[in-house]
Amino acid sequence: MKIKRNIALSDSGFVFDPSSGDSFSTNPIGLEIIKMLKEGKATQEIKASIVKEYMIDEVSFEKDLYDFVEMLGKLKLTEDAEKKKD
Amino acid sequence: MKRMQYERPVIQRLNVGVMNKFGKRTEYAPVTHIDGNSVKELLQKYGSPLFVISEKTIRQTLRDANRAFKTRYPKVQFAWSYKTNYVNAVCNVFHQEGSWAEVVSGFEYSKALHNGVPGNKIIFNGPDKAEAELKLAIENNSLIHIDHLDELYLIKELAINAKKRPKVAIRVNMDTGVYPMWDRFGFNYENGQAWDAINKIMLNDTMDLVGLHSHIGTFMLAPSAYGVAASKLSELALSIKKKYKKNIEYIDMGGGFASRNTLKGSYLQGADSSPSFDQFAEAITTAILNAGFVENELPLLILETGRALIDDAGSLLGTVISNKRLADGRRATIMDFGVNVLFTSFWYDHKVSPAQEFSQYTEDAVLYGPLCMNIDVIRENITLPPLKRDDNVVVHMVGAYNMTQWMQFISLRPAIVMIDMDEKAHIIRNRETLNSIQGDEVVPKYLKEFKL
Repeated sequence: MKIKRNIALSDSGFVFDPSSGDSFSTNPIGLEIIKMLKEGKATQEIKASIVKEYMIDEVSFEKDLYDFVEMLGKLKLTEDAEKKKD
Repeated sequence: MKRMQYERPVIQRLNVGVMNKFGKRTEYAPVTHIDGNSVKELLQKYGSPLFVISEKTIRQTLRDANRAFKTRYPKVQFAWSYKTNYVNAVCNVFHQEGSWAEVVSGFEYSKALHNGVPGNKIIFNGPDKAEAELKLAIENNSLIHIDHLDELYLIKELAINAKKRPKVAIRVNMDTGVYPMWDRFGFNYENGQAWDAINKIMLNDTMDLVGLHSHIGTFMLAPSAYGVAASKLSELALSIKKKYKKNIEYIDMGGGFASRNTLKGSYLQGADSSPSFDQFAEAITTAILNAGFVENELPLLILETGRALIDDAGSLLGTVISNKRLADGRRATIMDFGVNVLFTSFWYDHKVSPAQEFSQYTEDAVLYGPLCMNIDVIRENITLPPLKRDDNVVVHMVGAYNMTQWMQFISLRPAIVMIDMDEKAHIIRNRETLNSIQGDEVVPKYLKEFKL
């Protein structure tokens, strides 16, 4: 799953999609995940990084990550979603 | 390295200038304690979900209501509406504060007697009073509020047989300018039914007509309607005085004052739209004081306020079972309490607060109960911080009707705890067990065994 390359991110969690003009708000963990997705990191790498940094076990985080990624797709912030739209 | 506090990742589209269907930002400051007791510790000790009643809030609310009426009118008496919450400990807080009992069934009547309320301080309302129950009420000198003519004739018969003069009032329904008009209980004022019933009582001379009663509706948002009702009852009382030279001892305005909950579909929050006790008191007392009573013949003003006195004092504590995403992308959070326990979620958009600290990020969600039934929705739309499994919430203002109208359906009903004036928690109703439900069941012998 890849996030759209032209997505703009601010350090405070403001997300802007220039292709649609839509803006979004995300929390610090959401921002970290989007950043890692933008860097092209694999799901396993993201999981390892978050579990190391935060007080959460891998199974619980995996559930939240899949849910978050699904939301990114629904909000048309992923390249897959972009393709589906075309 | 010390790991940081985790919060579920959330992302939301920002809509500038447009109100979404989830409405305005609701209050979601965490509520970690109720009257000094930790929500998490209460749940650990008594199980989840759990009803919590604040004794302090009951007493403060009743004192506020008393102040509003007693500063405007010389003779005021509250009678606790048992159907609103008849858990004995709750009733007794009201009785300790001086409230009489107002009951609407033989079962509630027995409860009031069991709690130690003297018979002559029990108001017996409602359309269904069995013969044996009426006999007992007559014996105890209770105040019987007659709902229909069949009851009037039955009481007359019982009075003659018992050689006693029952103390009665009639319930009067009327047009107070609000919709819907409640005309199913009592006798109508406008079409003369009420005056006819009064004449039947006065001319038969087998019972004492001591009061006049009305109860114009429920969750009333217009104090002026009570003013109209008080004027009409006063007019009836003065007509009785004129025709029969008899003073009516009391006018009972019933209940129906709105609480601070927010009704479904209401544009404004309940806290902003519901009138205060002072507003209701001003409308009622002004109408009676201006009706034309001689100073020393002013009737006692009885109030059967239920909901507005107890709603604030009740909270429901619960736990998140799971989070899921609905097909249209909306967040769904499943709680361990449903409409079977929180009956009032059919009427109100209950205020729900998380019971632990969160960041400022929130999500729009649907709040479901745990029942395997599609109707089990606590809030269709709510904005809450990202809750995760085992997080706790507090549902506010649930003191009225939930602990009487709750259903033993699919799961067992939770315990109720009261927090006293010294912030000490007491169990006032135990969590139900299988035996609470099965105890009264009987399986015929031939159905006891089977082979599968």
